[in-house]
Amino acid sequence: MIKVTRSTVINAPISVVWNVLRNFNDHDRWHPAVRHSHIENTLYADQVGAIRNFQLTGGERVREQLLTLSDQKHSFRYRIIESDVPLQNYTAEVSLRSVTDQDRTFWSWSSRFETPAGLEQDMTQLVAEGVYEAGFEAVRSLVESREPMMESVSTQAPASGTVSGSAMVVGRYGGPEVFRMESISAPPPGAGQVRIRQQAIGVNYIDVYCRTGYFRLLDPPGVLGLEAAGEVIDVGEGVTHLSPGQRVAYACLPIGAYTTVRTMDAGLVVPLPDTIDDVTAAGGLLKGMTAEFLLHRVHPVSAGETVLIYAPAGGVGSLLCQWASHLGATVIGATSSPEKIQAALDAGAHHVITPNESSLVEQVRELTGGRGADVIYDAVGHDSFAHSIAALADCGHLISYGQASGDIGNWDIGSLALKSATVSRPNYAHYTDSREKVTSITHRLFDAIERGIVRVNVHHRHDLQQVAEAHRALQERRTTGSIVLLPEHSTEIMV
Amino acid sequence: MSTAYTSTIMDAPAARVWDTVRDFNALPAWHPLIADSRIEGGAASDQVGCVRAFSLKDGGFIRERLLALSDFDFCCVYSILESPMGVKDYVATLKLTPITDGDRTFAEWSAEFECDAALESSLIEQIEQGVFQAGFDALKQRFRF
Repeated sequence: MIKVTRSTVINAPISVVWNVLRNFNDHDRWHPAVRHSHIENTLYADQVGAIRNFQLTGGERVREQLLTLSDQKHSFRYRIIESDVPLQNYTAEVSLRSVTDQDRTFWSWSSRFETPAGLEQDMTQLVAEGVYEAGFEAVRSLVESREPMMESVSTQAPASGTVSGSAMVVGRYGGPEVFRMESISAPPPGAGQVRIRQQAIGVNYIDVYCRTGYFRLLDPPGVLGLEAAGEVIDVGEGVTHLSPGQRVAYACLPIGAYTTVRTMDAGLVVPLPDTIDDVTAAGGLLKGMTAEFLLHRVHPVSAGETVLIYAPAGGVGSLLCQWASHLGATVIGATSSPEKIQAALDAGAHHVITPNESSLVEQVRELTGGRGADVIYDAVGHDSFAHSIAALADCGHLISYGQASGDIGNWDIGSLALKSATVSRPNYAHYTDSREKVTSITHRLFDAIERGIVRVNVHHRHDLQQVAEAHRALQERRTTGSIVLLPEHSTEIMV
Repeated sequence: MSTAYTSTIMDAPAARVWDTVRDFNALPAWHPLIADSRIEGGAASDQVGCVRAFSLKDGGFIRERLLALSDFDFCCVYSILESPMGVKDYVATLKLTPITDGDRTFAEWSAEFECDAALESSLIEQIEQGVFQAGFDALKQRFRF
């Protein structure tokens, strides 16, 4: 058994250093030897048992499991469960202690492991210098350089004046004609807020529901929109995860995204990696986060399962097909439009059925040897619910995440006993209402986009002023993929 | 249960600092508050279970028992048997950890104890600053070159 311990002192308070280290999946953001880390099981990155799967810069893949995590002791332990690097029975501990007389942090990183004879020296050097000491220096430059930056933020920002811009305002509930452009001003961010210069805005079907008054998220006059990407102008007091000039995106309540500039709560706004452009983020964040929690949290899809996905060429449906297929599931797409079959196959569906020819249940049974589907993702609602229950395998899981064809109505729970069925009705907000949740979901989503596991297709771009046309196209089902609005910034003035 | 905790960085290897502090009878040699010290009953000063009886320069008298000693971990644990401080069930730990980056020492001194609630914050302050930090500052002077 080889033991390696390295330790150092970081010139920053323990809370700052711990904030960087405690997220088990964030090491690809700061460690120079690590890239593309994702949590491969369904747990959050700070949940004991989480498994991070990452590559070293040399291309070696490593899987590590979080064994313990203590916010009280500022420490965590983990083990390697699989590695291309010859480290066996490797367990490690990261531990921080406060240096009370200077407000600095003592950081110890230690491990025990075995390695084949002859490699002891090389592996010790790799762990001690390539991993631990390189990690010390990366975090040191991150937090020691961050402090003056935070000071400058608190002295320069929030800027005193408002920033003027324009927004598409809904004056009353109604059709696409109710939009009108108005000048608005975004006030300086208050405590916990951020002010964003928006570069791309996502359009989602829920925006139509809000415009018509079907969902009462808007009290006219008001501004629609849940999703956008852009650049931070400034941040309010207490906001430490964002800084001026940073590229960010959000997909959250409250509504109000159809605008060139916006001041909003910073909690659910996430930094964007350089590899993801504004249009992709605005077109893919809400749908991608939805796909992430549907496939990894509501029902963790595993290899070998048969998954039925309605509207496989649609925004969320296309992402579900791609991702479920990557997870090793057999994917059946169900579409009513024969012209969308190819798009579904392109998205990774193994089979595409068109239920208007023969019944959905028959076609699913035929493809599954009579078993039915283990998991069904259904956002059709009223017209599909009964067919979905019938198409489930015994002990299957129906996830109803929308009602495009209308309310599902009342169902006798006893009827589910025919299949021992589980029915879930997840609500986006409950999976995305804290910074921890959003960070965890977007980390996996961004990784999936970067690795090409899912591709966000933005097929329609409109100027922000043309939002009415975008809504018409969406309602008339003339669109495929995502719709993004592009704001014009020429009139923006700092007052 | 109240807790006092003080820590610091010393610019000397942990083994060197440990040589000075491991002797349970050596407080007068390095801690500025301590006037004299002896080990009761003729025991060795690194014998777990031994009791040191010492006087403070301000006249206070204290007896403490060595509960644990580890040359492997550079760590000792002791309890107060008798003191004018107004603490009960007082157990303290002095621990040194090598800092591999620069061959320095991370030193921690902590205590857990019971006391009158009205006195708690002033006792914690007195222990953290008056006892632990004062001792650390003296050691840092000693190892500074």
